[in-house]
Amino acid sequence: MNDLHLTLQAQFPDDVLEVHNHFGDETAVVRREKIQEIAAWIKKNELFDLNVLIDLTAVDGSELKWKPRFEVVYHFYSVRKNHRLRLKVRADEKDSVPTLTGLWPIANWFEREVWDMFGIRFEGHPDLRRILLYPEFTGHPLRKDYPVNKRHPLIGPKN
Amino acid sequence: MEVMDDRFVSGGFQTSKLDAVLGWARKFSIFQYPFVTACCGMEYMSTACSHYDVDRFGAGLPRFSPRQSDVLFVVGTISHKLAPVLKQIYDQMADPKWVVAFGVCTCTGGFYDNYATVQGIDTLLPVDVYIPGCPPRPENVIDGLIKLQEKIQNQKQEV
Ligand code: SF4
Repeated sequence: MNDLHLTLQAQFPDDVLEVHNHFGDETAVVRREKIQEIAAWIKKNELFDLNVLIDLTAVDGSELKWKPRFEVVYHFYSVRKNHRLRLKVRADEKDSVPTLTGLWPIANWFEREVWDMFGIRFEGHPDLRRILLYPEFTGHPLRKDYPVNKRHPLIGPKN
Repeated sequence: MEVMDDRFVSGGFQTSKLDAVLGWARKFSIFQYPFVTACCGMEYMSTACSHYDVDRFGAGLPRFSPRQSDVLFVVGTISHKLAPVLKQIYDQMADPKWVVAFGVCTCTGGFYDNYATVQGIDTLLPVDVYIPGCPPRPENVIDGLIKLQEKIQNQKQEV
């Protein structure tokens, strides 16, 4: 619609690795180390004005042979301009992604959820604990290599 | 099963067994503890309200303290994280007590065959009546309630 992804690419030619626009969903893949800087910029910039972090999630591409394995996906929305932009960063198991907690407090819980489900670390997060599962749980269940039948019951029969 | 007949009402006397009288009293004064965790709760509410009216069967008074209740209605998906809570509620109830598994989630885990869900609460507690359905229709629930009443009537009564 507004070609925000192209504008972003023009602004950060070295840090935007890839852009695409699929049926109006404008997406930019950016360098992991620069996510904080770019997120702060699109939040403040007059044209972008993306003041809401709607969602932050991740995708495990291990079965699609992605290298690196994960993509962390950020969905931004502008209340005033009514437009959206999606950013992605790529990360491997041992990498950690810079946190956005300082810019959007909601990122705190989103990042804890991503840690809980995918085991991706967020650098600088104030309190990276599991949020949905219990502390006794081991492993990260939305990883594709998590065994479907694996359970961690607190009481009752173990499998 | 008729425990007392008209002769009792008209001032005569009636012989019966203590077990039968206690069973008769207990089956029509079911104080339930609704342990409602998920979507089945909606159907539980519609059964409990005036349209289907479980008060006709003497089960119209939910107690929200386990110490005052006789029947634990487990309504909705039980996750492994919640399982210790459910067990504790059950342990807090005074004898005699019964457990009803309401909906397939509590009977078997339903379609949630995953890392998070208890595969049937009978792995944690003794269950007296299983009410299948996702969610069960109110008629189905009333059928289960009548089965529970039969069970209470016919069992050995602990005093
Ligand atoms: S049995 Fe169906 S309606 Fe009931 S809690 Fe499970 S999913 Fe919800």
